[in-house]
Amino acid sequence: MTFFKVNNLKVYYPIRGGIFRRVVNHVKAVDNINFELKRGETYALVGESGCGKTTTGRTVVGLTKATSGEVIFNNLDLTKCNRKQIRESRREIQMVFQDPYSSLNPKKTVYDIVAEPLRNFENLSKSEEREQVEYFMQKVGMSRDSLFKYPHQFSGGQRQRVGIARALTLKPKIIIADEPVSALDASVQAQVLNFMQDIQEEFGLTYLFISHDLGIVRHMCNRIGIMYKGKFVEEGTREDIYENPQHIYTRRLIASIPELDTDQHQNSELLRKNIEEEYQKENDKYFNEDGSVMDLKPVSDTHFAALR
Amino acid sequence: MSNDDILLQVEDLTTSFRIDEQFYPANDHINLDVYENEIVAIVGESGCGKSAFGHSIMGMHHQEQTKISGKIHFKGVDLLSYSNTQLNKVRGKEISMIFQDPLTALNPLMIVGKQIEEGMKYHTKLSKNKRKQKAIEILNEVKIPQPERVYSQYPHELSGGMRQRIVIAIAIACEPSLIIADEPTTALDVTIQARIIDLLKELKRRMKTSIILITHDLGVVSEMADRIAVMYAGEFVEIGEVKRFLKNPLHPYSKSLLYSLPSKNNQGEKLHVIKGVVPSLNHLQRQGCRFKPRMNGTDDSIHEETPTLREVEKGHWVRCTCYKHFHIENSHQVVEEEKDDVFQGQ
Ligand SMILES: Nc1ncnc2c1ncn2[C@@H]1O[C@H](COP(=O)(O)OP(=O)(O)OP(=O)(O)O)[C@@H](O)[C@H]1O
Ligand SMILES: Nc1ncnc2c1ncn2[C@@H]1O[C@H](COP(=O)(O)OP(=O)(O)OP(=O)(O)O)[C@@H](O)[C@H]1O
Ligand code: SF4
Ligand SMILES: [Mg+2]
Ligand SMILES: [Mg+2]
Repeated sequence: MTFFKVNNLKVYYPIRGGIFRRVVNHVKAVDNINFELKRGETYALVGESGCGKTTTGRTVVGLTKATSGEVIFNNLDLTKCNRKQIRESRREIQMVFQDPYSSLNPKKTVYDIVAEPLRNFENLSKSEEREQVEYFMQKVGMSRDSLFKYPHQFSGGQRQRVGIARALTLKPKIIIADEPVSALDASVQAQVLNFMQDIQEEFGLTYLFISHDLGIVRHMCNRIGIMYKGKFVEEGTREDIYENPQHIYTRRLIASIPELDTDQHQNSELLRKNIEEEYQKENDKYFNEDGSVMDLKPVSDTHFAALR
Repeated sequence: MSNDDILLQVEDLTTSFRIDEQFYPANDHINLDVYENEIVAIVGESGCGKSAFGHSIMGMHHQEQTKISGKIHFKGVDLLSYSNTQLNKVRGKEISMIFQDPLTALNPLMIVGKQIEEGMKYHTKLSKNKRKQKAIEILNEVKIPQPERVYSQYPHELSGGMRQRIVIAIAIACEPSLIIADEPTTALDVTIQARIIDLLKELKRRMKTSIILITHDLGVVSEMADRIAVMYAGEFVEIGEVKRFLKNPLHPYSKSLLYSLPSKNNQGEKLHVIKGVVPSLNHLQRQGCRFKPRMNGTDDSIHEETPTLREVEKGHWVRCTCYKHFHIENSHQVVEEEKDDVFQGQ
């Protein structure tokens, strides 16, 4: 049985123009993508800014409407469910949002923010609720005295941890983590990543991990999908992607990882330049005449790339 | 670098926030010089006071909630002595900030093109058409595809990374001499990040712009910055040249920071973490070494005192009592020996 699957998903946003802001065109934010999550794995969605990663995540949790396609979970198509079914699946699929500022209600205390999903879905006594909230806050490394403060009293990284604590309270099956650690410094980042691995084991979680940090993706993820302008250009295991990248865009991404070693800067600059040249010269190997991405072709059992 | 080249000189800056009727410093007696044509990176644990520092320079703190003391000399004048009207002439034109939080930095009701033009309207005599033309040029510079179209879009219609680039566009519109860039590339994918890094470096080359780069990405620091200042709990604990720092960080906090990065060699394994959490402002122990509670097995006899920032090699400053008790020549060794203790963290 398939655990979770996205079939031919399309999400188009209207573009409005003119004085009346009528719909004049569409942004194809997600344009026919397919992927599957296996129970217990961490699957990464990587790609350039604006390629549709957040939109994919939001559509999976039901915050954005799919234009067409299916999101299969528990043998149900979430894009065509009734309210009650959606409510149940919402509980089982939680999202940690990219923007830790606007995703937390500024008028609520951190305690209320973290407790909110529990109140919506579970009938806990005050002391049970408090115990749960404290447990998860402590898990994300926040001190107890922060519970009754408001989001604006915290730094960006601290708020991100509140968002993660909140997503965890219902012990969901799938967590969509949209850039969960990109606002965090290296040591807190390490804490949160270790923590995410711990609870993954503890609660058998599956992650859809959205990130542009390829160092972290290599560390965390079993399989990786590389997106480009609403489509997939490559999909494979960690080894496939890092050891044997096929699409020029994937190689460009890997070459762009900032290099820590100052002695390597010249080398990495050279590599970037070469890839950039290849990208210009051999464009037709990777893109159709109209600039669109080709269809995915199998490279191996686990590895697919959009090549001619 | 001589003293003549100092663009910004922060002296004994203390910025305190009000928490329940009392004020607690988020930046505690901070000193930092920024030279012309220099990129200084500020790194440190979430909540250590990096943004608070940037906001102090910009003079943007809420007046009733914040107390500021010290001096912020910019081109020779103390910004803290400026009135709001005087500051408005400097802000956006001479000093600008790339805000960490693009969504709240942008006006949701105004198309982004107009927001880029705001500064030009206030600080330059450009005509309406020229301003629009320039705004589109800048959108192009920050690698926004289809700049003419995006010019008339609203912030909520853009992706996270596009919003961040709009904030960058606003900050560079008036070609300031100092840019405070608070996590400028955090929301960007690596290919665009690489281009924004190039753009900011180009700005520095072309106009001698200095940049205070607040970031937690040490790779970005390595590719961009000349010097690095590591902040812990409201104080700088290490300041030095990037190249030397990355090869040989001295403060135990800096060392663990570099140690906790994921790399090829620790795939799937547990990462190193520093045990404990940064205490909140009103619970921070301000006597003695602030990092001490997060270290294992320190010898109390040498750690009672409050460490001060000391210059251990030319231009390399460290706040750690060890340097007080041991010879500078031995300093590396000492920290090396301590490494086991530090890394017992977990
Ligand atoms: N509410 C909306 N209305 C119109 N267009 C939108 C809306 N939300 C997103 N878009 C557009 O859809 C595309 C995909 O956006 P999305 O936020 O999914 O990108 P992303 O991959 O998450 O990027 P980032 O890494 O920058 O966060 C972008 O071109 C964006 O401008
Ligand atoms: N308006 C405020 N009122 C009270 N405390 C505040 C306020 N703003 C920030 N703080 C506190 O001051 C400290 C420093 O916050 P700051 O935003 O400067 O951190 P930061 O280093 O920028 O962190 P991050 O990397 O997460 O952005 C934190 O402990 C934060 O909780
Ligand atoms: S002074 Fe002592 S406790 Fe503080 S960082 Fe140095 S070694 Fe650690
Ligand atoms: Mg996004
Ligand atoms: Mg900050």
